[in-house]
Amino acid sequence: MKEKVLQVVELVKTYTGLRPVHAVRGISFDVMKGEIFGLLGPNGAGKTTTVGIATTRVVPTSGTVLVDSVNAISDPQNAKMRMGVVTQFNTLDRSLNVRENLYYHCRYFGYSSKEAKARADELLELFQLTDKVKSKPIDLSGGLAQRVQLARAIAHYPKLLFLDEPTAGLDPQSRLALWEVVKVLQEQGVTVILTTHYMEEADVLCDRVAIVDHGKILKVDTPENLKKSLGASTFLDLKFVETTTDDLSKIEAMDEVLEIEQLTDRVRISLKDSDSVAIVIQKAVTMGLKDVSIIEPTLESVFIKLTGRELRD
Amino acid sequence: MTDQDFVNSGVDSTLTKPSNLDQQGSAPSFRTALNGTTISYKVSSGRTFYGLMARDLRVLSKNLGEFASRTAMQPFLFVFVFAYLFPKIGQGFSGSVGRNISFATILVPGLVGVAATMSGIMAVGLPLAIDLGVTKEIEDRAMAPVPVWLIGLEKIVFGAIQSLISALIVFPLVILIPSTPVQVHVANWPLLILVIFLACLISGAFGLTLGSMVQPVKIGLMFSLLVLPLTMLGCIYYPWSSLSSVRWLQIAVLINPMVYVSEGLRDVLTPALPHMAVWAFLMALMITAAVLLFAGLKLFTRRVMS
Repeated sequence: MKEKVLQVVELVKTYTGLRPVHAVRGISFDVMKGEIFGLLGPNGAGKTTTVGIATTRVVPTSGTVLVDSVNAISDPQNAKMRMGVVTQFNTLDRSLNVRENLYYHCRYFGYSSKEAKARADELLELFQLTDKVKSKPIDLSGGLAQRVQLARAIAHYPKLLFLDEPTAGLDPQSRLALWEVVKVLQEQGVTVILTTHYMEEADVLCDRVAIVDHGKILKVDTPENLKKSLGASTFLDLKFVETTTDDLSKIEAMDEVLEIEQLTDRVRISLKDSDSVAIVIQKAVTMGLKDVSIIEPTLESVFIKLTGRELRD
Repeated sequence: MTDQDFVNSGVDSTLTKPSNLDQQGSAPSFRTALNGTTISYKVSSGRTFYGLMARDLRVLSKNLGEFASRTAMQPFLFVFVFAYLFPKIGQGFSGSVGRNISFATILVPGLVGVAATMSGIMAVGLPLAIDLGVTKEIEDRAMAPVPVWLIGLEKIVFGAIQSLISALIVFPLVILIPSTPVQVHVANWPLLILVIFLACLISGAFGLTLGSMVQPVKIGLMFSLLVLPLTMLGCIYYPWSSLSSVRWLQIAVLINPMVYVSEGLRDVLTPALPHMAVWAFLMALMITAAVLLFAGLKLFTRRVMS
């Protein structure tokens, strides 16, 4: 049995007021040691509030959060000791340079001056920031700033790392680089909670994904299983020289085909499994096939199927 | 789901295989973050508090020149024009408070007091308002393993330290620059220390309260509506007792905490001047400190938590 690093139990948060907002209505999930766990959902779904409660910044209406078996609600001090946080905003201390940002972070976590210096230098080395030691946070590119934030977040060896939309606004290069770092951290045994509205980010990074909407978890599973749950493993988009109803019904009648949908200029076919691509294409060639594209289902399609709408992010 | 959405949702296969990264985006090949060592997660609020203080002192030391000139400029010009220049050119205030005491003497406690008090607003309040409202730089400190109120308390203590430094910068200016005699005499050192301690505490707590309350866009308004009246009606340029000829004002200014700082310092630094009773300003200073301390910590915690 794997160690549970985060346990969220029956979390409820209602913001009182003239019009009460039910931000979180009964969310429960566990995150295992070494896992990258994704929280995927539109704005206002409750993922930020959930992370806010887990990071001791929001007081829940009811429910419990255990971080490495420490109750984050009744003992936030000990819980904070065990977690690191990276937000989508650059929250680096602008009055300090890169090295000082790391150094003082360590000091906040009780390191002596000597220990903090050693740790800061080690992190600069590890995160390839040695040429940015004296740089001011405002002079860093988005990707570099996020790398410094990541280095800072793990400086005190947290068991649990919260990444709140960490690649929002980054260019593709920097995003890939950050993903790499996160993967490496996972290999080192760091457990990661990732909130994101980038589907491919959740797909590439996460071991398991929770799809959140209206303050509830709709589904928790691996990205692969979530995609399989769509009912089709692969879609084929076919373009014909001329589309006839006769041809379409022939394709629809094939054993390998699950469903068929006629779109404006092409035909979308849901396959029962990805091995049947060749068979269907062979058949289509005889009917005057002009173009073909294969589409793997994505988390976004799962998401839209589950929530019934577009991302509002 | 529209057709276009579905197509757009396709994952670009290159994204899953980050292989051709440039130098800036190269994947770090670092060995370990956790090193496999056992980490002791022992909380020490004292050490964290000390770390937060060390950070603030470091930032202050970087900007010491800026801080000193900001603190010194206003009192310097004030003393220079009104206590040096005016007597020299024969223009002056007739408002002597009897006993041949110079305007320069009146200014000593007033300007020291206002420098100390405003220092908290300038050094704690303004940066904090921007921290909380715009840059969110406070985030990292908010995640430090201490109760949130302790992070606020550190700001108050730091504000108080800056307030003390401000007072020490301004004091020699107001003594040395005037062209007329300045009568400063400290008879009661413990009382002086107590008054300065309370003034500095009020300054820090005031800074935390304002910083947690004021939206960054309203800072200009805050200066016009709060800082200016506090100063002009704070018995800085005139002793409180001399307001007896405008009785309604003498009563009205009692809601201004600045009055008690000025009057307290007037008692301990320039005892020759008429001043408010010791029990009165001490009680008022203590109540003000307690209220601002409570309000500041409460508001700060509320801003950081939700």
